[in-house]
Amino acid sequence: MTQGRPESDPTISDRQGWMGLLARAAPDRLAELMPGPLPTHALLRAPEIGAVMVRGRIGGTGAPFNLGEMTVTRCSVRLEEGTVGHAHVQGRDRDHARRAAVIDALMQGPGAEAVKRSVLDPLARDEAARRHARAARAAATRVEFLTLVRGEDA
Amino acid sequence: MTPPMQTDALTGGFTDAPVDAARAFRAALEALARPGRVQRLTAGTPPAPMSVAAGTLLLTLADGTTPVHLAPSHDTAALREWLVFHCGCPLVEAGQAVFAVGTWAALLPVDRFAIGTPDYPDRSATLVVEVAALEPANARLAGPGIRGEALLMVPDAAVLAANRARFPLGFDSYLTCGDRVAGLPRSTRLEAL
Amino acid sequence: MYVAVKGGERAIDAAHAFLAEDRRGDPGVAELSVAQIRQQLALAVNRVMAEGSLFDPDLAALAIKQARGDLIEAIFLIRAYRTTLPRHGASRPVDTGAMACVRRISATFKDAPGGQVLGPTFDYTHRLLDFALLADGEVPPAPQAPPREGPVPHVTDFLGRDGLIEPVPPCDDAPRDLTREPLELPADRALRLQALARGDEGFLLGLAYSTQRGYGRTHAFVGELRIGTVAVEMDIPELGFAVGIGEIEVTECETVNQFKGSRTEPPQFTRGYGLVFGQTERKAIAMALVDRALRWRELGEDFAGAPAQDEEFVLSHADNIQATGFLEHIKLPHYVDFQAELELIRRLRAEAMASPEAAE
Repeated sequence: MTQGRPESDPTISDRQGWMGLLARAAPDRLAELMPGPLPTHALLRAPEIGAVMVRGRIGGTGAPFNLGEMTVTRCSVRLEEGTVGHAHVQGRDRDHARRAAVIDALMQGPGAEAVKRSVLDPLARDEAARRHARAARAAATRVEFLTLVRGEDA
Repeated sequence: MTPPMQTDALTGGFTDAPVDAARAFRAALEALARPGRVQRLTAGTPPAPMSVAAGTLLLTLADGTTPVHLAPSHDTAALREWLVFHCGCPLVEAGQAVFAVGTWAALLPVDRFAIGTPDYPDRSATLVVEVAALEPANARLAGPGIRGEALLMVPDAAVLAANRARFPLGFDSYLTCGDRVAGLPRSTRLEAL
Repeated sequence: MYVAVKGGERAIDAAHAFLAEDRRGDPGVAELSVAQIRQQLALAVNRVMAEGSLFDPDLAALAIKQARGDLIEAIFLIRAYRTTLPRHGASRPVDTGAMACVRRISATFKDAPGGQVLGPTFDYTHRLLDFALLADGEVPPAPQAPPREGPVPHVTDFLGRDGLIEPVPPCDDAPRDLTREPLELPADRALRLQALARGDEGFLLGLAYSTQRGYGRTHAFVGELRIGTVAVEMDIPELGFAVGIGEIEVTECETVNQFKGSRTEPPQFTRGYGLVFGQTERKAIAMALVDRALRWRELGEDFAGAPAQDEEFVLSHADNIQATGFLEHIKLPHYVDFQAELELIRRLRAEAMASPEAAE
């Protein structure tokens, strides 16, 4: 599945990639991969639980309509050296949002490669495995029709 | 694609949103409930030229469902970004605004703002008028929420009195000055001193 | 007439304590955890999310536990909670064409590209009680097969290519939101779909069934039913671009409806649409049928007077929280109104008794 219809700018599409991955991550797993204490940071916007109205399209492709809300927690931080990180993550876990914002900031700095290896790559592997497990079970329920020979044709 | 925001647009919001917003909401409520009686609003620090009181008011009242109009006196890139980040409010022309912010001169003519409809008088604008002073008084106020009379310096008693004449339609106003605010709902009668 | 009545606080406190004890049940039986409800009563969780209109499985599971399994009470709890949340924004419309499907069937095209994928369905079970579930036991692992890569196109796209089904005009206008402004009639289709998506499953099921029995017949086939996860993306102003903010499971149903043409439209297939949070296919199919029935005006059909065609009737009564609130309030104290009724009846009786006819 594509995340955030990638912009042509590779720095933006990379950032869309990790922000989406962090948003979907299980909070416990993220905390395990990035245990505290987090690097020193100031809160530009303290973790805030709220709702986002999810929209669908009429007939799948037509005019938008409001389907219902989902819980989303957001947070914005600034690291000591000045890099700003943002997060909008699914659910109601404030630590999840704060961690995701800190990682978003770290990923824009010199330590990005290390953070990618220790946090983002394992998250991406978890997600791929989870998706594959569902898809493989669904694939096993695919109907293979057998066309039977009809009486009059025999 | 719009460019990402500058860091100074990201500072100056509430530090403890639930508590700061609850206190500010109480003060905003008191201000409208007791027209002319000055309240303090201190928690937000918006970029210049917006006052602390006006910034705190918008942090408390504005969100994605309340379009805000920045009058020319306040229509700066820094303020636009600050409002979008902290309030998430759409920035609109005067006629669509639920809140409008600016100096009195910049907000004129005020007949551009929504005054509600007979079925929905609440579908009206609230003006946040940045003023240089709240006293000495130049108007006598009377009406709901005022025991006897109250005194206040208002930008233009005649225009505000004309707004009162359309009740229950009309706009409501907050007069903001530094970290101080006075409410002037459409129900208040004014008489120039 | 409503008059505040004081008193009863002690009785209310005791009733709450009694409720809490009954909720827990026999302490000799292990307590149900929210995680167990989320995992093992997932379809109840889905219904509470859909009609509570808030996608959050943990909260829905908690609400079910607190409501002792009364799903409408649980939906009430979720609706009450959601009003406390600040609205961070609205998502981009989800792309159901890019859904990671666990189920995808078509009743109209056997060989639809992408295939017929049954998924975790009750459809071909025999509806015989499985007494093996009385005992705890291991579930044998479900078989797996290599997944096919690539998106699964919507079945109605094929009909659209040949011009046999009404087109869906693309549009990006922001829809009105009935959680933010009062419902005004006539409602456009977007607003109707929002009301149906959060409407009561039982009510929509009954209405949809009534169209099948002839009350506003719509000749519906399930063109496609798909269940799976879709990405949710939102434009973030401080970034200047959209990012993924999560992933949700939804059920989508597109009906293909026979249509002989009308004063304004040529003969072609028409569409009904259902989209619901979670794995909720009965609701999604019912939603699509009712959506189609409500479209009589825009398709130039006649109003047959059927309940499912009547927008005011459907939209005003679909919400089970509004309905149960008004229904159940009549059990609460109405002593003063009733006192007035009593006085009235006594007076009328006295007058009737005193009149010459009564004396005979």
